[in-house]
Formats: sequence, structure tokens, C-alpha cells
Amino acid sequence: MQWETVIGLEVHVQLATKSKIFSGASTAFGAEPNSQACAVDLGLPGVLPVLNEQAVAMAVQFGLGIHAEIPEVSVFDRKNYFYPDLPKGYQTSQMYHPIVGPGEVEIALEDGETKRIRVHHAHLEEDAGKSLHEDFHGMTGIDLNRAGTPLLEIVSEPDMRSAKEAAAYLKAIHSIVTYLGISDGNMAEGSMRCDVNVSVRPRGQASFGTRAEIKNVNSFRFVERAIAFEVERQIELLEDGGEVVQETRLFDPERDETRSMRTKEQANDYRYFPCPDLLPVVLDRAYVDHLRDNLPELPAEKRARFQQALGLSAYDAGVLSASREMAEYFEAVKEVCGDAKLAANWVQGELSGALNREGLAVQNSPVSAIQLGELVARVKDDTINGKAAKQVFQALWHGEAASADEVIEAKGLKQVTDSGAIEAMIDQVIADSPAQVAQYRDAEPEKRGKMVGYFVGQVMKASRGTANPQQVNALLKEKLDALC
Amino acid sequence: MHDKTLTELAAGLASGAFSSRELTQAFLARIDRLDGDLNSFISVTAEQALVEADRADAARAAGNIGPLTGVPLALKDLFCTEGVKTSAGSRMLDNFIAPYDATVVEKLRAAGTVSLGKTNMDEFAMGSSNENSFYGPVRNPWDPAAVPGGSSGGSAAAVAAGLVPAAMGTDTGGSIRQPAAFCGITGLKPTYGRVSRYGIIAYASSLDQAGPMARTAEDCAHLLGAIAGHDLRDSTSVARGVPDYTQELDTPLAGLKIGLPKEYFGDGLDPAVESAIREAVKVFESLGATVREISLPHTHYAIPAYYVIAPAEASSNLARYDGVRFGHRCNAPEDLMDLYKRSRAEGFGEEVKRRILMGTHTLSEGFFDAYYKKAQQVRRLIRQDFLDAFDEVDVLMGPASPTPAFDLGARKDPVSMYLQDIYTIAINLAGIPGISVPAGFAGGRPAEGRPVGLQILGAHFAEARLLNVAHQFQQATDWHLRRPALAEETL
Repeated sequence: MQWETVIGLEVHVQLATKSKIFSGASTAFGAEPNSQACAVDLGLPGVLPVLNEQAVAMAVQFGLGIHAEIPEVSVFDRKNYFYPDLPKGYQTSQMYHPIVGPGEVEIALEDGETKRIRVHHAHLEEDAGKSLHEDFHGMTGIDLNRAGTPLLEIVSEPDMRSAKEAAAYLKAIHSIVTYLGISDGNMAEGSMRCDVNVSVRPRGQASFGTRAEIKNVNSFRFVERAIAFEVERQIELLEDGGEVVQETRLFDPERDETRSMRTKEQANDYRYFPCPDLLPVVLDRAYVDHLRDNLPELPAEKRARFQQALGLSAYDAGVLSASREMAEYFEAVKEVCGDAKLAANWVQGELSGALNREGLAVQNSPVSAIQLGELVARVKDDTINGKAAKQVFQALWHGEAASADEVIEAKGLKQVTDSGAIEAMIDQVIADSPAQVAQYRDAEPEKRGKMVGYFVGQVMKASRGTANPQQVNALLKEKLDALC
Repeated sequence: MHDKTLTELAAGLASGAFSSRELTQAFLARIDRLDGDLNSFISVTAEQALVEADRADAARAAGNIGPLTGVPLALKDLFCTEGVKTSAGSRMLDNFIAPYDATVVEKLRAAGTVSLGKTNMDEFAMGSSNENSFYGPVRNPWDPAAVPGGSSGGSAAAVAAGLVPAAMGTDTGGSIRQPAAFCGITGLKPTYGRVSRYGIIAYASSLDQAGPMARTAEDCAHLLGAIAGHDLRDSTSVARGVPDYTQELDTPLAGLKIGLPKEYFGDGLDPAVESAIREAVKVFESLGATVREISLPHTHYAIPAYYVIAPAEASSNLARYDGVRFGHRCNAPEDLMDLYKRSRAEGFGEEVKRRILMGTHTLSEGFFDAYYKKAQQVRRLIRQDFLDAFDEVDVLMGPASPTPAFDLGARKDPVSMYLQDIYTIAINLAGIPGISVPAGFAGGRPAEGRPVGLQILGAHFAEARLLNVAHQFQQATDWHLRRPALAEETL
């Protein structure tokens, strides 16, 4: 039987506010346990929450970024359950009236096509603390630094049909929130976490199969692996005549498998009700319009512009718009050199290669966008040839000079296009290579083309790489053929 | 000094008749002498009180004073006070030393008042008799066989007995007004949002409100002025200016339109209470007010609606008492579940558990719409009843409680206890202010009877009007000046 996979994602994004969603405590990562938890975060008797306006603004910005409806009124609810790192015995969240209504995210598929994934809604909530199981001799430690950190939970519709689409969706969310600057998107530090809902159904069947929710899927790679495992598990189960049970499963990245956490019967009744300590959030139109007017260009728009206005391929446009930093770097290079395609080639070729080798992010590149732009400009105006340009790039990468022109000057890399000078070098090479000339002359005419390479190499060497290769090629052919 | 009102004591301090230290010492001595039997205090903070009194005296010497500088008072043990045990009347918080001050406490300190200690109360403010306290019941100063009312029973008893000139209470369904009525003192529940709830241990967040309990409406006016106001730490506090509540006290009542809700004079009202209230209404007529009957048609839904909403909120508010971070923790828990179960089973009393169970049930999947949602709809209707009534009249009047104080142990059945609050609960659901003032005596022992409280209700933020009406009544009557025999005792 042919099976179809159906996937929906719940992505938790930590918002990059300075203070927590309901208190003034700092949200900085990595502090001493419990050093960033105030009376409100500890849930001490008598304390009350006060909503952080910045978290509201960020959530609305996200909503606008996915072209979502922004309801005028949203309401915080309490989600009641006991857990040691949940100080109040409830999580303040938004169950019935979320801050962001239905929207959509465009993802780029591998074939260059795009697909729209619908977002059901996004809501604000507070994060819990952390339970620490090491170093407590069989006991559990509680760190409440993270308690009260603002989260935006983005709930998709079950619109994804493969692990690759799910990963592409997660990347799209990642790039939207980082473009907006509302999250650092750092998955290793838990700034973005993901729960995956997976089901399978016979291809062609209209209704969904029973789904499993996989928790703790916290990297792009894990999303693909967890889905791949889970899909295989479900299909195997069904093909053996079994049934998928609705349950929550945990992804174990070390063993590369999912394990049952709890079934539907064991699920909590969260007893949601409106939080009486917080007023409904009422957003007036002017506030939302102001945020809309100040939105930066987002990845999907950027990708479209790169293709349409700059003439880049779908692939190039996708890669160069994937992160805000990459897009900003590319656009700066393009501005300086004045050639989008050349800029795209250099950013994706030489620069990305070097960054990858050293494990650097583009914003930490030793070669600035302006330096690279000036270098590409010298390629474009034929001041240097491609080979020399790579040398210049290496020199800039290693900090040997401040600009491409300095390197070109210092190393004498300026391209020689004077045909007199080139002819002189060719004559010298021919004179110094009587054996090769004889071979050339004796060869079948159709085999001679390949033999030109030797002479080109010699001439380029003689010019220390500065001769214009096209000119060298053409003149050499002329001269050698004249000898035959 | 103990028989003087807070206003008189403030005048005595201002004139130099006595110092704050002398005043504080005098009241501390009375607490020491008389509270053993009354049990109105959970903690007496004598040392700290004397430090505060000396500070007040020094401030006065430096000319840096307000109207309340140096006046002693007490706080219901529901207000967090930095460095002082804040128990909420519960074993759960018997070991809890609050690390911060409630906004009300901060404001009272800023006004220069001196706190003598923390008063007894029904556990987590759940009760109408003060019999639900981990620290034992409080006795009514008028009759040790009677309850003082609840949940602010300790505050009411301490004021009535002259152990302190005023005390702070909180009122979720009548917890200021009913004990004020039972103990023959004046108690004001302000409009919801008038006083910050920050630092007041939550029972039912959408209903809780703090207010003053004292001898007179004038005393309450001074105290409300000190504690009211917008607080950035409480999103439900209202950004609205605080008037001088003493300003309108002397406004004559000629032309005042009084409504008597017929639902507040029906079955279950003790005839002696009713006749005291009707006599009080006549006093207002003699002052030029007009009286008419009014209907609040949804009144009989108030108790059921309250006992859905309040326990629902309580079940969530009290979830934080889990033995993990503060409060009672059971000995040697076997695992997490055992820690939760035993800590809560041991830490909470019976009534608190009952309400947690009720609230957990009504919020559960499948019951939410039938209970919680319906109760919220009823709440809107009840509120509308009052808004409609205040289109017709200026204030509403009726009894604060259907009976005078009952005997300790007399109400064993929780539902009969809940019905005690039939005249007070709707006011919290509607969010309007209400005040109870002494209006005579009725039934029971001693021979002259137990105090009766007249409840006066006003529109949202009409506290100045309520205090004016109450003050004028107290100018025309002396019920508020009557003292129980216990309070007459001098040292």
C-alpha cells in the first residue's frame, strides 16, 4: 500500500524580551540557577503578574509577518497542572483567544517550488523552569531562571506531507523570527523547540489517521529523523494489522527513536479558565498599524525580490534569503559591486566555502561585505582575473590587507590585457619549448586543442597569473597554428 | 485610650497629648492582657511596633507627618509583611516568613502607621465564622460563646475589644462586612480594583478586595485614603484618582434616595435583625432621605454562582502550595506524588480542601460550560441588577447578615454556613463597594443581644458617598460607640 504522511508542528519560540513575560526579572541565558527568579517567578503567595508590552509587540509582529489575522482582543488562561518546575501549579497561556489568528508561511521545496503551510494560530505563554537531575544524589534540583520567559507557540495546520517539508517549515519559522529580531532562534539553548504531530494514511484517503505527538524535537536534523522513525513505526504497525494509538511520544536523539510517554487516557485535564489576574489584551488598530508599517522585509518577500528584480535563480534566492544576516551581507556586496549575479556567486562560492571550513557564521566573516564587494567589482571591471581574485580573497581572509585594491597593488595582480605584452610572453614560451612545439606540430589537428593547455599554463606562470586567460588562449592558438 | 476612635487618637498624637510609643505600649498591653481568651492575633510584633512608633514620633518631631502618623493598627494575616510570619490562618503557611510587603502594607507604612501584628482569620479567607483557622477560633468580644464572623474575624474582634483602634481586612464574599456586623464595628469593602491586591494571599482573585475595619466611618475614610490607588503591580487595580474620602463626610443627606432590595428582607431573615434595620432606615428618613423598595431579581443566584467561581479560582490559586518551594512539606516523602499528596493533605484544613475539590470539579472537562461559564453569565446579570438599581436610587440598604453572631460550633453543615453570606456575596460578584455599620442589637445572649450590622451599598467607586451616608448615621446614632463589657475593662 502507498502511504501518505501528514505532519503538523507546534513550535515554541522564546521571545527576545529583556525581562520576563509577567515580571521584571532578566531573561538572559546561562546564569547561576535561581539567580534570575523574582518573587513573581517563584509564585510566592500574594504576587501578581503584569504583562510585558514588548512580548505583546513581538507576538503581533510575528502575526503580521505571516499575514495572520490579529484579533482585537486576546485573553490569558490558566492551564492547571502540577509539576515541580511549574511554580504556580498552572501555566499562564492563551487557550481560547490567542493573540495571533490564522496565517500562513511559505516554504521552499527542493524542486524550487514553494508551498503554503497554514498556521492555525499563535499564542503567548510563559515558560516553565527546569528540573535538574544530575548532582543531586537521587533528588531533583529546580532552576526557575527560565520560569516566566515569554514563549510564542506557533501551531500549524496538518499541511506538511514529508519530513523535508516539516524541516523546511521549521527553517521558515526560524528565519521569520530571526528576521523580525523577536528571537535569537538558538535551538541549542532551547530558544526554539518543537513538538511534531505525525500520522499516516493510505494515499488517496481523505480522513486523517490517528496521530502521535512527538515531544522534545529540538533541532532541524532531529525533526527529520524523528518523523522518519515515527512514520516507519506507524506504517509497520498498520501493515501488521495493528492500530496507532493517540499518544504523546518522546524523541530520543541518542537512540534515534520515539518512545511512548503517555496515552490519551493518561492525558491531563488542564482545567483551562481565564486568568483573573490579567485583563484581556485589547489592541487598538493604530498600534497594530504602527507595527505593520515598521516591519522589515521578510524572507519570502526577499526571496521573490531576489528572483524577480535581481534575476537570481530560485535556488540562489532561497539560500541568500534564508537568514537575515546572509541576506544583509549579500545585499551589501551587491550594492558595492553593482552586479547581483556575480555577488551571489561569490557569496555562495568562495565566501560560504571559507565560512563552512572554519565553522563561522556570516556575521563573523573576517572578510566584510564591503571588502568582498570591492573585490567583486575588480573582477567585474576586468582589473583582475578569476584566479587572481581568489588570491585576493585569501589575502583579505587572512587580514593581510584592508582592501582588495591594496592586495592587487601589493602583489601586482592587475590583469595584463595589453596584447603586445602577452604576445611577447607567448613568443618566449614557444621559444623555450621546442619539444612541445614539435609534438604539437606532429599531432592530429583534432588533438591539438588539448595540447594548448600546456602553453597556456606556461604563459600564465610567466605572467604570475595576471594575464587575461581568454586573450592568452586566443593568441596562443593563432601563433601555434601559424607554426604548423 | 483604647475607647477612642482612630480619628481621636490621631488628634491626640497631633496635639501631643500622648506619643505613638505610649499609644503603642498601651494597646500592646491590652493585647497581652486580653487576647489570650479572644485569640484575635496570630502574631504580635511588639518589638517591631515599638521601633515603628519611635520612628513615627521622630518624624512628628521633625514635622514630617501625615494624618495617620503614629496610629497603631493590625493586619489580617493574609497581607504579606516582610520578615514577619504570614500564615493565611493555615498550617500550610505556618512556617512562611514573607520576603516582601504587600502594597497595602507599604502604603500604611508610608503613611506612618504602626502595625501591632497579624490577626486571626479563617484559613485562606474561606469561612464565615473564623472557626476554620489553624490557630483556633476567635471569640466574639460581646459574648465568648459567639463567633466573631469571618473570614476577617480576628480583625473585627480585635477592634471591638479595643485591642487596636483599626485593622485591615479582606472581603471576597462578605469577609469584612459580616464580621464587622457581628462585632459591632464599621467595615468597608471598596470597589473591586480600588485597592491593590499585590501581596494579599489570593483566595478568589476576581472577588478579593482589601478594606478598613474600625470604629467609625470617619476612621474608615482616613484609612481608605491611605491604602487606595492604582498599583502597577496589580493589573486589576484601576487607574483612577483617589479623592479625600473625609471631604464629603458632612454632606447632609436631605434628598438622598435609598433603595431597600426586597430580596434582602425575605425568608430566613431574623425578625430582630429586620426590626433593627427598619429602625435604622427610619433614622435616614428623619435626616431627609427618601426610601423605596427596589428589586434585585437575580439575588437568589448569587450564592450558587459564587460557590462556582470562588472555588474555581481558589483551586488554581492554591495549587502553588505543593511542598516544593515554601510552606508545609511532609516528612520524608517517598516520591513526588507522595510529596504533593501528603504536604497538601496535612497543610490544608477541611474547608479549604472542600473548596479546592469543588473548584477542581467545576473546571473539569465536561463540566466547565455547565458550571463556570454559566456562573459567569449569572454574574453579569447580578451586576446588571445593581447597575439598574443605581439608576433609580443613590444607595441600597439592608442587613449585612440574616442573623446576629451565632454560637461557636452551631453551624456544622457547610451549606448553612454558606447561606450566612446571602446579603454580602452578590456585592463581590458585582464589584461594587459596601459598608457595614452598627445598627443595634438583636437576640441571643447576653440579654441586650448581639450587634446588628446595617449594610449600605453604592455604585462602583462611590466610596465617598457610602462613607458620607454611614458617617451621617453615626452622627445621629450611638450604636458604634457601644462597647462590649470586655472592652470596658481598663488596665
